[in-house]
Formats: sequence, structure tokens, C-alpha cells
Amino acid sequence: MPRQNRRVVITGIGPIAPTGLGIDAIWSALLEGRSGVGPCSIFDISGFRCPFVAQLPADRFDVKQVVPKSYRKATKVMSRDIELAVGAAYEAVRAAGLITKAHEPADGKVTIPADRMGCHIGAGLIAAEENELTAALATSRKADGGFDIAAWGATGMQNLTPLWMLKYLPNMLACHVTICHDCQGPSNTITCGEASALLSVGESMRVIGRGAADACLSGGAESKVNLMAILRQQFAGRLAQATASDDPARIVRPFAKDAIGGVAGEGGGILVLEAAETAKARGATALAELAGFGASQSFCADTVGADPGRDGEGIADAMRAALDDAGVKPDQVDAVVPFGCGAPALDAAEAAAIRGVFGARAAQVPLVTISTVTGNCGAGFGAVAASVAVQALRTGMLPARVNGDASQGLDAAPVAARKADLKTVVVYTPSLGGQNAAIVLRRAS
Amino acid sequence: MSEPRIVVTGIGWVTGLGHSIESVWKRLLAADSGMEPTTRFDARTFPTSFAAEVKKDFDFRTFVKDPAVHATAGLNSQFALGAASQAWKQSGLDVKPPKDPRRVGLYLGAGEGVLDFDNYVATMLHAWDGAAGKVDGVKWAARGLACMDRLKEIEQEPNMPLAHLAREFNCRGPAYNCLTACAASTQAIGEAFSILRRGDADVMISGGTHTMIHPLGVTGFNRLTALSERKGDPTEASRPFSVDRGGFVMGEGSGMVILETLEHAMARGATPLAEVTGYGSSCDAYRITDIQPEGRGAAVAMLEALRQAGIDPHARDAQGRPPIQYISAHGTGTKENDSIETKAVKRVFGDMAKEIPMSSIKSMMGHLIAAAGSVEFITCVLAIRDGMLPPTRNLKNPDPELDLDYVPNQARAAKVDVCLSNNFGFGGQNDALVVTRFRG
Repeated sequence: MPRQNRRVVITGIGPIAPTGLGIDAIWSALLEGRSGVGPCSIFDISGFRCPFVAQLPADRFDVKQVVPKSYRKATKVMSRDIELAVGAAYEAVRAAGLITKAHEPADGKVTIPADRMGCHIGAGLIAAEENELTAALATSRKADGGFDIAAWGATGMQNLTPLWMLKYLPNMLACHVTICHDCQGPSNTITCGEASALLSVGESMRVIGRGAADACLSGGAESKVNLMAILRQQFAGRLAQATASDDPARIVRPFAKDAIGGVAGEGGGILVLEAAETAKARGATALAELAGFGASQSFCADTVGADPGRDGEGIADAMRAALDDAGVKPDQVDAVVPFGCGAPALDAAEAAAIRGVFGARAAQVPLVTISTVTGNCGAGFGAVAASVAVQALRTGMLPARVNGDASQGLDAAPVAARKADLKTVVVYTPSLGGQNAAIVLRRAS
Repeated sequence: MSEPRIVVTGIGWVTGLGHSIESVWKRLLAADSGMEPTTRFDARTFPTSFAAEVKKDFDFRTFVKDPAVHATAGLNSQFALGAASQAWKQSGLDVKPPKDPRRVGLYLGAGEGVLDFDNYVATMLHAWDGAAGKVDGVKWAARGLACMDRLKEIEQEPNMPLAHLAREFNCRGPAYNCLTACAASTQAIGEAFSILRRGDADVMISGGTHTMIHPLGVTGFNRLTALSERKGDPTEASRPFSVDRGGFVMGEGSGMVILETLEHAMARGATPLAEVTGYGSSCDAYRITDIQPEGRGAAVAMLEALRQAGIDPHARDAQGRPPIQYISAHGTGTKENDSIETKAVKRVFGDMAKEIPMSSIKSMMGHLIAAAGSVEFITCVLAIRDGMLPPTRNLKNPDPELDLDYVPNQARAAKVDVCLSNNFGFGGQNDALVVTRFRG
């Protein structure tokens, strides 16, 4: 099996977050300790626990400006989650210097043959756009205001566009991205909540490792900035209790003693993963090496995994598996990008996992907390986190931290951006549901 | 070092034809249909008002160790628990569980859960401001928080069947759910197979679970005109490969399998039911609504699965037979799928394609969407075990342009050693698995 376990490098990153599209926007916010949390411009959400979200404003991202003219029509059948993934994929491809079908090359030449290009994108439970669906449902109301399912079945449903459902199938993120960039290799859509993006990155790594593709567009995207997702976040105990007069920049406090919960976010990212040998052959610059991957399942007392298990064992298992896969010992790790959404129960489980893996050194491993910018963008989170880890390795910088503290025995207190000699960074994400994924990134040699 | 061999040591399913391996298999071989008028909601005025529903006598609580643990399980999780418990028991792992739960993983292709439709719609309509053409967020939150149930909402996440199975069987290894529409559970089994081959687990529970027999599920497919709207007897509505086929019929349920490395199975004295020898996956990257018309992606997936299994699609086996003796077709019964799948099979096997029997159990069980691949994979295992091919029901008016052997209307005895199981998803994912008779 000459192709099994081929080395994999990252040659392009395309994060998308409330700060905008691309690494520069989120990186400068992180260096300066700027927040991504604010009011919601789509709906009045003051009826929920938390009146704030981490939303990507329309003036920072318009998918129609990103896709080529020939694909603009298809944006009509894109839900928000699809828009985020499509935008991120264009940015990642641009950053990696790839020519794909999307560039409509005059000579038809693309950098990587279509059948050697895979795509793995994590997706969430996509909520139907409320106004569009309700406008249609409202055509089938009874005199008493109740819903008339007989009228809906007979005629009402015709008020929905024929392609309505295709906006909401989770695999439509990958469907649009594979069409845009002509990825005909293995393609998958992983739907494990917040673990989805890193599980996708891990699967791409294995696919490239076993030779089924030379490159993959890999990551995840999700928007929780809609009524249904905010409701579910509240039900899952993940939202902060806050009022409109609170300072939005102070809501999310990862690992802090006074943490009050998280906020719903939107974002994600796509990374270009390539076999080290084919990347080198095309003269690409490796931004970092994807050195290890691990996955695990937590034992969840409540079955659905809203309570992640305070011992953090499952999360630690994923990190240990990734370190083992990379051949790296815990004391060689220079920084960790945690999930750290600011929900106390989950933060506590993560803290226990970090202490379990790093032992006495846990308080000295710098945590790179990003949820003050991203909120909880679900299936997209791991891709933003991985992009940030790559940028830290490339620049030798650790971003600023705000709102946290050292109460969990971790390096999580507020600090300014600083230089650091970074060789190895771990990124992990636990999901609602108990799946955990972790990756080990190494500075490009 | 050669890659480890991966065997199937347990199978289980919950379908519209029943919920035990033998009862469902018997009905498939009898060309029986599970289709009846829809009861999960009032579908009488919908363009499609029938489906192959899991019948009311299925009670997941009779399958699990402690029903209280799974009290909030949604339908997908209930089906998954029923199917996986059968498979787990057959594998013998219930008597002697694996020593290290970290070596037991899960890879499912489970669908999204069923919307709490009545409360959802009530909330939407309550908050609707017709004049503004907009939902009022404050009204929505007040109503939604008051009438929707916390756990019912969380249970709709597509990774919840995974959480339930992990809890039931104490799995702490790699755990994934993929959702690539109708290809999902074939892909899940293929990736579980790949995880085992790489040595990242000893045992994987894999398969799919799904129901879309709910108002917005049927609405979505009706709007796409993908469902059969045939009037009259629902058992005649699913007509794969017929000239008068008009779309698929929804089924629901779950298929689950236990996969493990041969070494692990042998060490604990388990009986392999079959071996998985190849997995291929590709993407059409063509259009959001259409399949690539030449079946390019489908053929690529089949060819890769065959290559991994060490099978030359153009070479006969030692007994002079085609190298594959049964294909479990995706065979949805839509105009497009059946014709392109036929083209793709011919593209792969050339002139020999006509000698390979290929049937669609969707003609009897309906289309289980994300779970379709899992029950079709199990059908391959049983075809090898019993030397029987399930038929394609309702194939009375063959399409003159579709000229393969679709095993029309009647089950057939045949010596089967190697099968191919195909599934293709809306959105372009194509997946194929090679299932082989186990020889020690």
C-alpha cells in the first residue's frame, strides 16, 4: 500500500466568520481582542435568553459577489449555510493558488485533475428560512387561524418553489462546492454538530492518505443565526442569560469563573488539504502540516449529550488519539485551540480533558479562545479554529484573549497578542451528542 | 503487511415489511409490498398519500436493555436501536462485550429527525405578520419556547441516533454520522470499513436510519416531483425499471450491521456472515438537480469498489460466471435514475452486464432515503447466505430501453458469491460496496 498514510499538508485556508471572509479579517480581530458579538439584524430575538448573536453582516459578505457570473443564478437555491460554505471554498481555493473549473480557464487547464479532488464538508441541521416557509404555510390557514393540512396538501404546498427542499439538505453544501470547483473524487457530508468540521478534515486526511484523492476541500459551515437554531441552543443550555443593556463584547467568557453561556454564531471555513508529495510537485507552499487526527465518543449520562460528562474523558481520548497519530507527546504541544463556547458545563468538561491530557503542564499550555469572535457556529467551528491555528503557526503569533480567567487551572486569562515559537498546535471540538474530534497541526518544514 | 480483512458478524433491520431479519427476508422473496395509505399524518390530499411505514407493532423498548435511558428517542433513534440491537445480538457481542470500548466505533448515515410539525407550524403562523411579509421574532420566541419540547428539539439533530447507540452499546471509539441523501448509509458502511482497515478500531457499528414520512418531507419530494403519484393500489406504485415508472415511494426504517476485523472476530469465536472487500465513492459535481447523464460518477464508484476487491469487471470467474453475481440496484423508480444506473452498469461491465441479475428492493420496501443503502447491503449478505435473489416487484411493462436482467416479479435461486451494492444521492454522491462470501 504505497499510498496508505501519505503525509498531508494544508495549502490554503478560507475561514468565514462575523469578521468577514478570509483569514486576515478574523486574524486582526483576534490580535486586537475585538469581539464578533452584537445584536441580531434579521429578527428581534429579545424573547430568547440572549439578545446577542455572532452574525456576519451583509456588508461584509455577499455570496453573489464571490461566485462567478455563470453560477450566480444558483445562489437563489442557497440557504445561508450553503452561502457560507461556497464563499469559504472560493477563498480557500484562491489562497491555495489553485486553478479550478470555477476560474473558467481559457485553456481548460486546472491545477488538480477533477477525479483526484475530494470534498468533505460538515453541516448542521439546516433551518428552513422562516419568512419564506411561513408565507407559504399562511396560504393554508383555517378561519380560526389554525393550519389546514388538507388545503396544504391539495394546493398550499405549490406556494413553495419546486427546489425548496434542496436548500436544506445538509449535503447541498458539498454539492454546490463540488460543482463550482469540479471535485469528482470522494465527497462526504458529516453531521455531528460542532465536531463536524474536524471530523471532515480528518476524513479528508484519511482519503488523501490512502490515495483516493490528492487534494480535498475540507471543513464545515453553519449558521445558527435563525429562530429555530437559537431556540435549540437555548434548549440545549448553551445560551448566555443577558439583556440588551449588557455589553455584547463581555457576554462570551471562555473558561471563566463567571461564564454565563455562549451565543449563537455563524461561520465556518474550507481548508485545502493536499498530499505533501503532490503539493510539492506543483510548487505549492505548505502553510502547515496536518500531522494527526483522532476521534472519539463521550459517555453521555443524558443520552443526547447536552451534558458532556464532567470528566472530559471522551474529549481527552480524541486529543490523545490525534497526538498518537502524529507521533507527538503532550509536552511537545505549544498551544491548543479549544471549543470553549463559554457554557459552564461544557467548558468544565473541556478543562478536565485538557488537564487530563497535559497533566502538570496544563496551566502552561496557551489556549487560543476564538468563541468571543465566532460564537457557536456549530458544524463550522472546527474549520475556523483550524484556520486560526494554521495562521498562528505561520506567523509565530498567539492572538489576544479576552474575558477568560485562570480559574480552571488553565492558561485562559486575558492577555495581549504576543510572539511565540510555535511548532505544534492541537485543535479539538466536542459536539452536542458526544462526538469529539481533534487534529494536530505542525509548522511547515 | 496486507490490509486486514473486514467481516460482517451481525445484521438487523426495521422496515415497512417487518422488524426481524428472517420475516422481512421472507416477504422480500415473496415479492410482497409494504406500501399502504400514509398514517403518520393526514396525507389524503397530498399528491402522494401512501408509503411503506414501519408498522405499529414495532416497539423499540422490547429491543433495548433499559428503555428508560432512551425514553426521549425520536423515530430515527428508535429504528436504529431496534436494528442495531438485532445485529449486536447476532454478533455475540451482547454476551461478551469488547474489552476496550475505545476500540468500538460508529459510523452511521442517519437522517435529520422528524420536525415537531404541529407546534412548529402553530408557532410560525402565530408569529406571522402578513402585512409585513415577515415573522415577528418576539411572538415567535414566546410561542416557540412555550409549546416546543426541549428534548424533542435536540433529538432532531442528525447525530442523535449515534448518541443513543453509543450509549446502548458503550462505544467510545471514532463516531461519525454522514448525511449524503440517498447514498448516506452505503457511504457510512464504506467509511466504517476504511476505518477498520486502517486499524483505528476493532469493531464498528454501521448503517442508516431515516424517515421522511412527515408533512414537510413529503412536501419537499412532491415539489421536486420525485415521488410516485400513481392512483389506485399503493403496492403497485413503485415500479423500478418499468416503462410506466413515475417516481419512488417513501419507506422508512433502519438497517444496521456489525463490522469487525477478521482477526477480532476470530479471536472471540464469532461467525462471519460475509466479507466486505471493496468500497468506492465519487461525486458527480454536475448539477444540483440532475444526475450526470452518462452515469460517469456512478461508474467511477463501482470501478473503485471492484478494484479494491481485486475484481476485473471484464473477466469471468473460475466457474465462467460474471465476476459479480448480483447487483443490489439503487433502482428508485424515477425515470432518470433507472436509465442512468443501467447505463453506468453497462459502462462498468460491458457486454457481461446483461448476465448480471440486478434488482431493486425499493419496489417492495420503498425508499428509506439515508437508510436505503444499509438495508440493501443486508440484502446482499442474505443473497449470498441463501442463494436467493429478491425480485423487482411490479415489473410487468419493461422499458424497452432498459435491457438488463432486473429479476422481474419473482425471486430466483442463484449461486451468489460476490455482490455489488449501489447507492446514489441527490447532490451527486455515488457509493458502491462489494460484499463477498466469507471463506476462511
